[in-house]
Amino acid sequence: MASASAFPAGLRLPAHKSEALAPAIAIAPAPSQAIVSLDQGSGRAALPCVEAGERVRVGTAIGIDPETRNRVLHAPVAGVIRAVEPRVSATGTGHGLCVVIDNDGTGDRDPALEPIDDAERMPAPQWIECLANSGVVGLGGAAFPTAVKLAAALAREATHLVLNGAECEPWICCDDALMRARAPRILLGARLLLRASGAGHCTIAVEDDKPEAIAALKAAFSSQPDERITIRAVPAVYPAGAERQLLTTITGIEVPSGSVPSQSGLLCQNVGTAAAVADFAVTGEPCIRRIVTINGSGVVRPGNLDALIGTPIAELMAHCGGYRGTPERLIAGGPLTGRALPDDGIGLTKAMNCLVAASTLDLAPRGAEMPCIRCGNCANVCPAGLLPQQLQRSAQAGELEQAGAWGLLDCIECACCDYVCPSRIPLTQRFCEAKSALAAREERLRRAGDARWRFERHQARLQADAEAERRAFDEARRRARNDGAS
Amino acid sequence: MRFETAAAPHVIAGFTVPRVMFQVLLALLPVSVAHVLVFGPGLLLQLAIACPTALACEAVALRWRGHAAGSFLRDGSVLVTAALLALCVTPLLPWWLTAAGVAAAVLLGKHAFGGLGQNAFNPAMVGYAALLVSCPAEMTRWPLPLVDGAHSWGDLATLTVHSFYAGTSAIVPPWDAYTGATALDSLRTGLGQRYTMGEILAQPQFGALGGAGFQWINVAALLGGAFLLARGIVRWHIPVAFLAGLLLPAAVAHGLDPGANAGPLFHAFSGATMLGACFIATDPVSAATSDRGRVVYGFCIGLLVFLIRRWGVYPDGVAFAVLLMNAAVPLIDRYTVPRIHGHPRH
Amino acid sequence: MTLVSTLPGLLTLAALAAGLGGLLGWSAARGPRDSGSVAERIDALLPQTQCGRCTYARCKPYAQAIAAGEADINRCPPGGELTIRALADLLGRDPQPLAPEVGPAQPPQVAWIDEARCIGCARCIPACPVDAIVGAQKFTHTVIAAHCTGCELCLPPCPVDCIELRVVEAVDERLHRAA
Repeated sequence: MASASAFPAGLRLPAHKSEALAPAIAIAPAPSQAIVSLDQGSGRAALPCVEAGERVRVGTAIGIDPETRNRVLHAPVAGVIRAVEPRVSATGTGHGLCVVIDNDGTGDRDPALEPIDDAERMPAPQWIECLANSGVVGLGGAAFPTAVKLAAALAREATHLVLNGAECEPWICCDDALMRARAPRILLGARLLLRASGAGHCTIAVEDDKPEAIAALKAAFSSQPDERITIRAVPAVYPAGAERQLLTTITGIEVPSGSVPSQSGLLCQNVGTAAAVADFAVTGEPCIRRIVTINGSGVVRPGNLDALIGTPIAELMAHCGGYRGTPERLIAGGPLTGRALPDDGIGLTKAMNCLVAASTLDLAPRGAEMPCIRCGNCANVCPAGLLPQQLQRSAQAGELEQAGAWGLLDCIECACCDYVCPSRIPLTQRFCEAKSALAAREERLRRAGDARWRFERHQARLQADAEAERRAFDEARRRARNDGAS
Repeated sequence: MRFETAAAPHVIAGFTVPRVMFQVLLALLPVSVAHVLVFGPGLLLQLAIACPTALACEAVALRWRGHAAGSFLRDGSVLVTAALLALCVTPLLPWWLTAAGVAAAVLLGKHAFGGLGQNAFNPAMVGYAALLVSCPAEMTRWPLPLVDGAHSWGDLATLTVHSFYAGTSAIVPPWDAYTGATALDSLRTGLGQRYTMGEILAQPQFGALGGAGFQWINVAALLGGAFLLARGIVRWHIPVAFLAGLLLPAAVAHGLDPGANAGPLFHAFSGATMLGACFIATDPVSAATSDRGRVVYGFCIGLLVFLIRRWGVYPDGVAFAVLLMNAAVPLIDRYTVPRIHGHPRH
Repeated sequence: MTLVSTLPGLLTLAALAAGLGGLLGWSAARGPRDSGSVAERIDALLPQTQCGRCTYARCKPYAQAIAAGEADINRCPPGGELTIRALADLLGRDPQPLAPEVGPAQPPQVAWIDEARCIGCARCIPACPVDAIVGAQKFTHTVIAAHCTGCELCLPPCPVDCIELRVVEAVDERLHRAA
């Protein structure tokens, strides 16, 4: 059931997933100390709603969203809060506020947690409200709050839900393992998401190099058929799983540049997110665990672990046999978009779909940067249809408006262009910096515009006041003269 | 445990600039072998002067511009320029003209614009055009190809060496005995003198496919081009469009008036057609950017080559066609920007 | 072919070159027609802090002075190097370092009133060119940070020196993405 992908570009990469997929998903033991970062990878950190010394149970809320005040972060273990303090974390600056919980070993669940039995019959807004306090976020790596996405889809009357089981990047295979082992949960999640978003149709997209996952989904589907749900294979090209590109492949619709999928009536969720939504409905337990792939030549036994958020990465690695030698790099994510982490004491976050202990066998040094020879390799592979060679010329020259015209904001940062560049130019990094500079410049211009407007109002007000004063003076003088005359 | 961090991506394909250049040089081997077999050892002498001159000019220019010379000298791009220029000029060219041409190519054609990746014009063609316009007599003095058995390789070797030092030694080489008009040249003069195509093609300078001797060079260039295509160094757009732009009008003209126009097969395998299609026009730095733009670019070069060959003053127009289209690249780029995903279709 | 016979050709070419070149140079130097719109375009590039450090009282008069050729482009401390470069690009001039007499480049900053020390005299309120201070006589004042441009004009009128300037830190997550 393979379909032609909407973009002829992209890369075919060696997957390096088979070793990690060989064993079944293992349950990682709970950590003795959970280090839960308040920024779980979405870029918007939660505010802590607990203090040091407080006792929490599994599922107790520990962090709330600063704007909506929803309970977005929950304790993965029962115990006492040791501290709420900055720790080394996977955020941009390398440090972030973390809630550190000492596990008391009891595993006591918060008594307020209850399965949501009528989730499939509940009115959609009410169900979304439940999800908003469940801590469920996009588990494909972006960690965007699921309830927010669903609310937008519901408001805009989305018609089509796409579940992203593509998992196109090498090394990462947590979704594959999930689909093989827990397909019924994913289908339940699909039904719940259809309910929440009001969409009428769901397509589960899986890359065609995952026949076992497709078979498992079909088997689960045949035992509980639903005419709204279809399973479809897409060609195994990186980045087939990029949201916009996948939506185009499945529906033929291109989400217009600058808008979000819900504005085109579409909704895309990772299969892991669907399973998390189902888990929440069935057990009532908020999102405190996820399946994470442990991979790389630097770990003894690659595999997929069902682990608690906040588990230090070192413990996850130890559960997989520990390091093989001294790994060169610790990467959260895949080889093309993954972030290198400075420390394995960092706690697992909801955004970490894969942790790679990379040795020199896995990595390729970039080498010195040379000038662009305009070979066009980058344009040939860009899934967004950009001309990265032109984009990088503008970005490097600091011509931000020109870079915007060349499509800087449409870059999905997939790093396909970096991969094939013979001049070894760090294209994606350059584009990120340019996007930052462009955003900063637009913010400056917006503030300047606001200030100018307020200043002009200020001047106008002063002038109006002076006018009023002069008129009052003239009026008073005229009255005085009349009085004097009479 | 602490780890070193680095920016994504953490893996990269094996493309590097030196590897690309080296493969281009490899692809030029068949052409070079054919050239030496057909025209004698001249090419080897030309390469012997062109390559060191190119490297020296590059080193001087880089120093002058304040760059570290090491990595750039090792990237091989200037060797490609030198090799192409050596292949385009006559093997009998005096050494000081070759050196001047290479210097013009590297200094004027490449570094005056900013070095690697910045040249607006194809450097080899800049050098070639400068030489052709400055010294037309020396540049059009091609030896008779060895295929017709008129003279031996040894004689040609002697002539070549003498010609190489022409202008700096007292010996005047016996050019008249061993040089003659190329096929394209004969075609033009023959047509000008009102001979029919049949009579012209019967002359010894013409082989089965194209110009005698030149046809094998073109076949070898085509093989080299196929190698580059297979390796992904070159995309099909420019070579195919170039040949289409040259051969389609040639076919049409030949169909309308076979007596006055040579057929497409002849055009395909004479002069610098295949070398131009596969190696010269495909220089990525000076070519158009997008695939669609490259099709337009290649087609217009081919068309210009046809026009120059048919009605122009020079026998082969590849160099001027390429340079003219290089100048048009910004305009082509402006109108052939590919559509970005998510942007409206017009 | 003697030198004399080539003279007509040479002279024609030289005349053509001089004429066309002069035409191009003149049209380039003329710049945009309406100098009024030039001032507006310059004003659009200024940060609108309204601080007066450029000695032109406000941003608009400074823009007009640049357009009229009376002022140089390097007199805006809050704009700093970015503004100088943007102005240089717009007007086709070379960027220069900030003029020493206008003081050092000013980072993005916001005024903050220590409410514990504020005596409610309301002298700072009229000083603010963008009405960013909220308050009234005998009521504690406060600065609306989102509206404050950091122009520092509220500092001199305050009798108890309860206003301080705080530099705004902007951390963009994206900048650190790849590192």
